[in-house]
Amino acid sequence: MIVHIPSPLLSYTGHKTPVTVRGKTLLAALKSLDSEYAGFLFRVLDEQGGIREHVRFFVGTTPTVDLQSSLEGAAEIHIICALSGG
Amino acid sequence: MAASKPSVHASPKPKLKKPLRGPVELYIATRKGAFVLRSDSERKAWNLKGPWKLGQIIQHMVLDPRDKKTLLMAARPGHLGPSLFRSTDKGKTWHEAKRPPAFPKAKAGENGRVVQHTFWLQPGHKSEPGVWYAGTSPPALFKSNDGGDTWKGVKGFNEHPEYDKWCPSGPNTPPDGSTLHSIQIDPADPKHLIFGISATGILESTNGGRTWAHLNNGCEMDFYPGVPPEYGHDPHCFAMHPMDSTRLWQQNHCGIYRMDRSPAQVDTWQRVGRNMPKAVGDIGFPIVLHPRDPDTVWVFPMDGTDVWPRVSPGGKPAAFMTSNGGKTWKRQDKGFPAAQGWFTVKRQCMAQDSREEIGLYLGTTSGEVWASRNGGNSWKCIARHLPHIYSVEVGGVHQ
Repeated sequence: MIVHIPSPLLSYTGHKTPVTVRGKTLLAALKSLDSEYAGFLFRVLDEQGGIREHVRFFVGTTPTVDLQSSLEGAAEIHIICALSGG
Repeated sequence: MAASKPSVHASPKPKLKKPLRGPVELYIATRKGAFVLRSDSERKAWNLKGPWKLGQIIQHMVLDPRDKKTLLMAARPGHLGPSLFRSTDKGKTWHEAKRPPAFPKAKAGENGRVVQHTFWLQPGHKSEPGVWYAGTSPPALFKSNDGGDTWKGVKGFNEHPEYDKWCPSGPNTPPDGSTLHSIQIDPADPKHLIFGISATGILESTNGGRTWAHLNNGCEMDFYPGVPPEYGHDPHCFAMHPMDSTRLWQQNHCGIYRMDRSPAQVDTWQRVGRNMPKAVGDIGFPIVLHPRDPDTVWVFPMDGTDVWPRVSPGGKPAAFMTSNGGKTWKRQDKGFPAAQGWFTVKRQCMAQDSREEIGLYLGTTSGEVWASRNGGNSWKCIARHLPHIYSVEVGGVHQ
């Protein structure tokens, strides 16, 4: 499973994209990213586990707000940072 | 649980500390990153460096006056969650805090609070190296014991049984969210804390944050239909004098106030802003104290009439200084535009140094930094074309 990292988060991955992660669900994949790149999770999910206002996830080509989305059969995750303010 | 009236510390006659010398550094937080302005020893020439964290919204950046090398920066890029960055080499390298300010995870079925941004950073008492406090929006107080690397909420306030009454959430909060700001620590007692919250008021603890009491008696509420209540006030900026913790100052949504505390009196704010020129009024955001003279402060008034333009009244920027505790005020506008100068100076955007002749510094939302080398008697623009300025803090060799 690979994750495409958007530009606002590239500093966490050493400007590497895509990166490889493990996990059966979207949340597990994000936690896998955080274990590799400390601090990553808190920038996309808040302390209550909610998705940050301007962050969106696609599993394959399907947008999802369900962090328990299964990754079975999917090859990639896209993290999208929506435009926010000028 | 409310705190009892604090024991007012013996108020020693302020001793004149030796004025400091050397270059001054201004730590400037903006909507698009952070900058540093460094002066020569005379404070005549200034050199701009930066940006750090270009594009990130930097609410506040503060140098630790205890070790003179640790910088903390409260940041939030537009897309992502808030965080906090640390430098232990005065900005050469930056590292993200391991555990930035965040609320505890709520129990299942409950709505937990989420930190939107850290608004205020405050180094702790000089006897507690490594201790920092942070104020956030929604209003909450956080503490770090390790120089800002990990943070925990101060339960005595954040989980106070009355919290939801003091700091209601929902549509009636200020436009950018209510913030906890102006965290002040009594130089004579590290457990004596005071801060302000927009739309709540001033709160005080004398036991390190375990219990809290409101400190708003005497504050007017021009907008309120009735007698001002115990809380629900709007302090814009609050300061305790570093040499006399019984002398408090506040620039409020409804005027400029001074409080002199003694065991014999009920703590009461006096609206000394009534002595400002009527055409200017006494509304503004910042208030800056003379580090050695509790009677001398500076404010930077803004237009708080009509729809609250929040710009210099009449388009004529000016600082105002009192040197007698607010009985009289002196206009200080030499060097500023004489007309069509529509400055907005936010609450964290005016600061002072500790030189013999006090240096004053202010940043505007239009990205200009102005400085005075003579206690406000004349002003000079020392940087322009910066992004919207959110805070200006003084550091440097002398601090």
